[in-house]
Amino acid sequence: MTAPLLAVDDVATWFETDRGLVHAVDGVSFTLERGRTLGLVGESGSGKTVLSRSAMGLLPKRGVVRRGSVRFEGTEIGAAGPRQLRRYWGEHMAMVFQDPMTSLNPVMKVGKQITESIHTHLDVSRAYAEELAVSLLAAVRVPDPERRMGEYPHQLSGGLRQRVCIAVALACGPQLLFADEPTTALDVTVQAQVLDVLEQQQRERFMALVLVTHDLGVVAGRTDDVLVMYAGQVVERAPTATLFTDMKMPYTEALLAAVPRLDAPPHSRLAAIPGRPPDLVHPPAGCRFADRCAYVQDRCRSEQPPLRPAATPGHEFRCWFPVGTPEGAAALARNRVVAG
Amino acid sequence: MAGTGTAHLRPADDALLRVEELVVEFRAAGGRTVKAVSGISFDLVPGETLGLVGESGCGKSTTGRAVLQLPRPTSGRVLFDGLELDELRGNALRAVRPRMQMVFQDPISSLNPRRKIGDIVAEGLEIAGVGDAASRRERVDEVLAAVGLDPDAARDRRPHEFSGGQCQRVSIARAVVTEPKLLICDEPVSALDVSVQAQILNLLEAMKARYELTMVFIAHDLAVVRHVSDRVAVMYLGKLCEVGVPEDLFARPAHPYTHALLAAIPVARAVPRRDDTPVLGGEIPSNTDPPSGCRFHTRCPRAQAVCADEEPQLRRIGPEQYVACHFPVAPGERLAFPGSAAPVNA
Repeated sequence: MTAPLLAVDDVATWFETDRGLVHAVDGVSFTLERGRTLGLVGESGSGKTVLSRSAMGLLPKRGVVRRGSVRFEGTEIGAAGPRQLRRYWGEHMAMVFQDPMTSLNPVMKVGKQITESIHTHLDVSRAYAEELAVSLLAAVRVPDPERRMGEYPHQLSGGLRQRVCIAVALACGPQLLFADEPTTALDVTVQAQVLDVLEQQQRERFMALVLVTHDLGVVAGRTDDVLVMYAGQVVERAPTATLFTDMKMPYTEALLAAVPRLDAPPHSRLAAIPGRPPDLVHPPAGCRFADRCAYVQDRCRSEQPPLRPAATPGHEFRCWFPVGTPEGAAALARNRVVAG
Repeated sequence: MAGTGTAHLRPADDALLRVEELVVEFRAAGGRTVKAVSGISFDLVPGETLGLVGESGCGKSTTGRAVLQLPRPTSGRVLFDGLELDELRGNALRAVRPRMQMVFQDPISSLNPRRKIGDIVAEGLEIAGVGDAASRRERVDEVLAAVGLDPDAARDRRPHEFSGGQCQRVSIARAVVTEPKLLICDEPVSALDVSVQAQILNLLEAMKARYELTMVFIAHDLAVVRHVSDRVAVMYLGKLCEVGVPEDLFARPAHPYTHALLAAIPVARAVPRRDDTPVLGGEIPSNTDPPSGCRFHTRCPRAQAVCADEEPQLRRIGPEQYVACHFPVAPGERLAFPGSAAPVNA
């Protein structure tokens, strides 16, 4: 059996602060094969960005406590320093960031930003690198790519800049691409264009793609599997269609219910999730969602539920009283009686 | 320049706010002019929420600010509660200000970090010279409690001690403390996480009922706008494309741009892995040199020669629906966008 492209095993990333250790990511495992798209969904502070940076090895040197293993094609890279990782960055794994303005060099022409990374990793002539850069820009559907090569980032719109970032990330043909909120800063119509480009490139290159987002709508229809994160942990993992039709985790259910829907009557009251996520310096002993959960029982506050499998293969969740089960329904009914 | 029509306006006597032919232009480098808002008209009857929706650069925020004369519009009339705001100066305008308030997008940077929450909320009352210190404090406590903050815990703390959602509650308290009639909310929830966004949207609806507010709700998120609005106006490049009640406008969008916006929204539910949702191609043109005629014609799949020559005016196409388009989309019709993605690896 060959090793999976990316295997993340029990990764924890804690940050040292004045108040103590912040448990930003706390024991996350997943594997990803080539040609697959994984959605990593969570709200601010859920650990989704820190997890993807941990997998890429893009963490600060100091002030970080880390645990667990990250294997790329079977090779352990979780403990590797930047010197070894530089062999992987670009050629094997790459990242597209949220803000295309700050992730491009403002005083370097677009073409140079792409060819620079080509020259770093591949031994090719200047003419070939330029040709490659133009074809990359065309592939991410930048109109008039030859002209754009000579322009600076500020001359481009937000959507075009993000396409340039994607072209830079794809320049050395990575097998794995992390896209961290790639469309959050963009308008909806531009967002759809950029997501289409990512999806097309992922298919054509048979890459593995990790789409990190806060928006469940973005992962629907564009990913094979979804990991839902809450307070540093994975609380549900499922094939994308299963997640939307048969979610087991009350947090996933609450998150979907809190989004205004286009088919709901106007002025209906939204099912807001009360309260706030827990303090990750002192994470609660039990389930981390317990304080905000409609299903919560005494057991949830004292005993942390493990990730356990659901009926569908590849579906796991972290809950004692799951959605759509007799235990869950009974817990919900008990809470309704108590609330009067 | 012609505006985009006034067919959708109601009798002037019924409206709390009536904006006619609003134009806002800014000087830009090189002697160019940024045409942010180009002659739009709209009105609000008391108790109504108007959703103003569009993408970045369409002029929706500029419109909201121009209503409050911040800055003053280049031309056009703004009638609020029987007063013509664009003619008021100095103290006369200042006297109206407590009755119209604003909530901004970024809850943290719109609050002064050095001041205490109690002082931030009380400031509007002080400027307006309402009551004495004791009665002002009572009023501040009342609105803090109304927005879901404990006055005793919040009063003496500073903005950095609160989360984004809580700061937005403070902004709302600051806005409603002067008992405004009109509240302009500019992207009030777009910086917040979905779970918090729902809390703030519910709060705004509750505040609207409690303080009998009339609201302009500016946002780029169509689902949010649909949720809170009684009437929706879609903007594109400084013009109105379509106006209507949300039920009709979202079920039967008549303007091709409204179609494109709706089609682009990612919907959080089980959908097939590969779909052929049409995607609008290209990007919004420059507003220093906007296209002639209908400003959407450069990206519109059904544009004809007339669209580049003649600007369409808003006209009634349903009981509560108005569209500014020469070739509106019929109910149930499917639009194909030329810039949409070709089938991938089909």
